[in-house]
Amino acid sequence: MPITAQFEYEKVKSWSEALSLKSAKGSSAKILAGGTDLVVLLRENWVSPDLLIDLKGLEGISDISFKNGVLTLGANVTFSDLIKSQTVKKHFTALWEAAQTVASVGVRNRATVAGNICSAVPCADSAGPLLVYEAEINLLSEKESRKIPAEKWFTGPKKTAIEPNEILHSIEIKAPVSKTSAAYLKLSRYEGEDLAQASITALLDCDKNYKIAFGSLAPTPRRAYKTEEFLKGKKIDKETLSQAGKIFEKEIAPISDIRSSKEYRLHMAKVMLSRALEKTVSRYYKGVPHYGEGMIE
Amino acid sequence: MKKHSIEFKLNGDIVKAEVLPNKSLLDFLRSDMGIKSPKVGCDRGDCGACTVLMNGKTVRSCLVLAVEADGCEIVTCEGANANKLTQKLQKKFHEKNAFQCGFCAPGVILSATELLSENPKAGREEIKEAISGNLCRCTGYEPIVEAIEEAAKK
Repeated sequence: MPITAQFEYEKVKSWSEALSLKSAKGSSAKILAGGTDLVVLLRENWVSPDLLIDLKGLEGISDISFKNGVLTLGANVTFSDLIKSQTVKKHFTALWEAAQTVASVGVRNRATVAGNICSAVPCADSAGPLLVYEAEINLLSEKESRKIPAEKWFTGPKKTAIEPNEILHSIEIKAPVSKTSAAYLKLSRYEGEDLAQASITALLDCDKNYKIAFGSLAPTPRRAYKTEEFLKGKKIDKETLSQAGKIFEKEIAPISDIRSSKEYRLHMAKVMLSRALEKTVSRYYKGVPHYGEGMIE
Repeated sequence: MKKHSIEFKLNGDIVKAEVLPNKSLLDFLRSDMGIKSPKVGCDRGDCGACTVLMNGKTVRSCLVLAVEADGCEIVTCEGANANKLTQKLQKKFHEKNAFQCGFCAPGVILSATELLSENPKAGREEIKEAISGNLCRCTGYEPIVEAIEEAAKK
């Protein structure tokens, strides 16, 4: 089926050109990155922008850099780029693991992390890891630049803190200073290409501080602060996990949709929380498992 | 809508064209170029039937705008003559009868081409992961995986 939406296309040569276009057009201009979400929306006539701004010609836009313990992801870094990055694999296990679960190779070769969080669906795979690693999102507009912490980014289903005149420039994540371990767990209907029915990201540091984020279990991806508070300093055993599950249950607000029922999500959320915590603890002491020939466990 | 001039390499040949921004690469290849191996399946990036290689990487051509192909190198199964790996895969698919209706085959073969060009000795699990975005409703995948395994061996 041909795309019936009518729009102009501009491949910009500089950030100033991109920002002045975005400033002039506001929300009627959309940023085109991998197009794996946007082109679907255009095809279905769910969005009708006047202009698509393509940033892919900008220098450094696809770069992953790691300087002074800070990982910077350019706006066009794809999930395939993340998977190939040894730095991401070594320092940001959960993000690396989440990247592997995004759709399939042909989509990951185009789909970007920036696009993933700008689409801001509740099941966004990169959201959980960005939340537990406390990433910061760099936004540019014609007049200023600002940083937004990941926890303030998601303001509603498919809604973010970005203003219509702003463009996401890059994502920054500080590598944990002390020893940590992390894991990303995704529940889907079948192996292979599917969106998450539920996802849990967990991180543990040397002071037994736990960080937990969830996806597909509320209108936005979020941190589970109350569960984290309860777990602080505790050893993970059956009793602790059962109590943590009861607190976690109250922090999430799943709905029934095409992928699963609310009841199934509520049940599985607790099971996955336990599995994610057990896995994270085991990784802390035994190290990250050998990933076979590039596969997850 | 303003037309854009694009120039890119298609199966080794330079192509110059004027395209509207809302034309997908898949539509452009099929209706303007007569390249029919990428198929129109779901038209939303789920099925993998429209897979083409863009700068050596598989992409969903239904989700790429034709105008984005400017300056890129696009390879489809029609360009297989230039790629020994793709040829070998085609032969193995033939030997193992790894298709029935054939609708998914060009996409699967290109996904396997990308896998084996990066990882010539890919194992069964890696093969399954690499083609997980290519849906086949006929074969049950078994002969497809076997064909790619064979190609990876020799």
